[in-house]
Amino acid sequence: MKTAPSFMDRKDLLALAVLAAILLIAFPVLLDGFRLNLVGKYLTYAFVAVGLVLCWGYGGILSLGQGVFFALGGYGMAMYLKLEASSVENTKIQSTPGIPDFMDWNQLTELPWFWQPFHSLPLTILLILLVPAFFAFVIGSAMFKRRVSGVYFAIITQAIAAIATILIIGQQGYTGGVNGITDLRTLHGWDIRTDSAKFILYFVNVALLLAVVCFAMFVRDSKLGRILVAMREKEDRVRFSGYSVANFQIFVFCLAGVFSAIGGAMFTLQVGFMSPSLVGIVPSIEMVIFTAVGGRLSIFGAIYGALAVNFAKTSLSESFPELWLLGLGGLFIAVVLVFPNGLAGIWRDYVQPSIDRAFKLRSKDPADPGHDVAKQASTLPAE
Amino acid sequence: MFGDYSLGDLGAIFAMQGFAGLILFSVYLLMALGLAIIFGQMGVINMAHGEFMILGAYVTWLTSVFFSEHLPSLFGIYFFVAMALAFCASGALGMLIEWTLIRRLYKRPLDTLLATWGLSLILQQTYRSVFGPREVGVTLPDWMMGSLPVTDVIEVQINGLFVMGLTVLITTAVFIMIFRSRFGQQVRAVVQNRQMAGAVGIDTEKVDRLTFGLGCGIAGVAGSAFTMIGSTGPTAGQLYIVDTFLIVVFGGAASLFGTIASAFSISQAQSTLEFFLSGSMAKVITLLTVVGILMLRPQGLFTLKVRR
Repeated sequence: MKTAPSFMDRKDLLALAVLAAILLIAFPVLLDGFRLNLVGKYLTYAFVAVGLVLCWGYGGILSLGQGVFFALGGYGMAMYLKLEASSVENTKIQSTPGIPDFMDWNQLTELPWFWQPFHSLPLTILLILLVPAFFAFVIGSAMFKRRVSGVYFAIITQAIAAIATILIIGQQGYTGGVNGITDLRTLHGWDIRTDSAKFILYFVNVALLLAVVCFAMFVRDSKLGRILVAMREKEDRVRFSGYSVANFQIFVFCLAGVFSAIGGAMFTLQVGFMSPSLVGIVPSIEMVIFTAVGGRLSIFGAIYGALAVNFAKTSLSESFPELWLLGLGGLFIAVVLVFPNGLAGIWRDYVQPSIDRAFKLRSKDPADPGHDVAKQASTLPAE
Repeated sequence: MFGDYSLGDLGAIFAMQGFAGLILFSVYLLMALGLAIIFGQMGVINMAHGEFMILGAYVTWLTSVFFSEHLPSLFGIYFFVAMALAFCASGALGMLIEWTLIRRLYKRPLDTLLATWGLSLILQQTYRSVFGPREVGVTLPDWMMGSLPVTDVIEVQINGLFVMGLTVLITTAVFIMIFRSRFGQQVRAVVQNRQMAGAVGIDTEKVDRLTFGLGCGIAGVAGSAFTMIGSTGPTAGQLYIVDTFLIVVFGGAASLFGTIASAFSISQAQSTLEFFLSGSMAKVITLLTVVGILMLRPQGLFTLKVRR
């Protein structure tokens, strides 16, 4: 009889401490302001990746539309910042002062109704969390209640990502079009463009990420997490045992959506703009690859995956732009064919055992839900 | 929105947009047919399908360049040669990919999706390196240029008509192959019950490989037809992949009739709306409607009862 993993056992605490040390001490000490801001940007993708670990790795629901939720959070924050930057004094030269500049260029004369709530910061934060949850709930309840899952769900979420991009680009007057929402200045009177503000925002970002990680671990180790794994493996048996499979799926999809939205909001704050280039099919599927590279069953792996892929992307695409797409494509294939458990799998199979031998520690907890799956994946027919 | 047009104008508009929609329908259908075979019959998600189509388009372009330089006297018929070559090139690449990549992933459909997406990135970059980032267009033979006047206000382009004729021909061929030939019988047997098909002596692995190759080959022909009405760039395939998947899912994944019906309704809706709204809004409304219907009826328009 295996015992269920308890929340925050020694191994998790150690991993959390290492992550916190890297993000809170090592990076700020070693990196200059520009690079630190870049790391902060990568870490906003890690929010999405952590959500995908729960949703895809544990729940078996692959969403190719996480960019939409990222955008809902990001645009929410950007709308607030834009309204603050477009005060009547700042926009005197426009034909309608007091509305964002791109609306004025598109002959809008008053603020659309859905921009109104974003005058207030508390309401903005609330909407950043609620709107993605609501959208995820609508999509999720429409699909999961009708037992759509797997491949169909992936294709439909991808179509939603495509629709969202076309809509945002097409409705230039309301969304800023292809340029997105730019020229953001202050958050509640606090200038976010200065170096010190960026430094503080980095720490806010890391703190939020660590909180999200803890919450994700809590979900993973609770009974809910066990049900998610059971659902992924044999959905019908869970259903016949009396659980409402759809409700669990909706919950985890909403949770992943909210995580993504937090990441999106932090992206806007740190990078200073939001644009449709972060919404569509390509960014959404790139976020899946962060998770896959890190290890789809590892919450910490997802963060390292997001960092590693983005570091590689930045350094490779700066020097060899042609190689980057080939490398990314190869990475997709390799991560599926050769190491389906990603970095976390490599760590667990090769690095961890040697560390354990060195310190004569007890070997890894066999009840780790990832363990059985790893075995399954490695016994898949691979001629 | 109809107020500014007289009844006669409206009729002409609908006819012209309907014709434009038919051309779109032809391209959609050719792309979706290959995908319906691969996805519907084999359950494999091929995100690189668009790139197989672009391969066909590039092969057509290469053939047209070759003919205009070396065999100018036969330029009028180069397209038929190009189409055959495109089918062979895409089909061969498809079989190679099936052998190296896809067959290891039949039990993991979501992973196939990621792997073929990676493949599509690699192919895109390869096209960009080999053919350059700029779009290329083929020169049409003389007999394909121009348009036929039907009435005073309505004209139809010959190349559009040609693509439509081609689509009808290929669709018929696919139907005969799947529903009348021995190979098609084997494909359907494998789809319905893989183990039993194997037990009665069908080489299921070979059928899988040929089916995948056939689907990719049809994509190559689609690309060939695509050059008749538009130019080709390295990333052109990606633009169509979402629409095509939606068409296949909307039609009902395992039903070829459904694919035709959904390709027709989606392309007609889109091109008719395009005249009255902006192109992007027409697309948004069409896709949203399709997604909405799929949420209410996830099995698609037509379903085939299959024992899983």
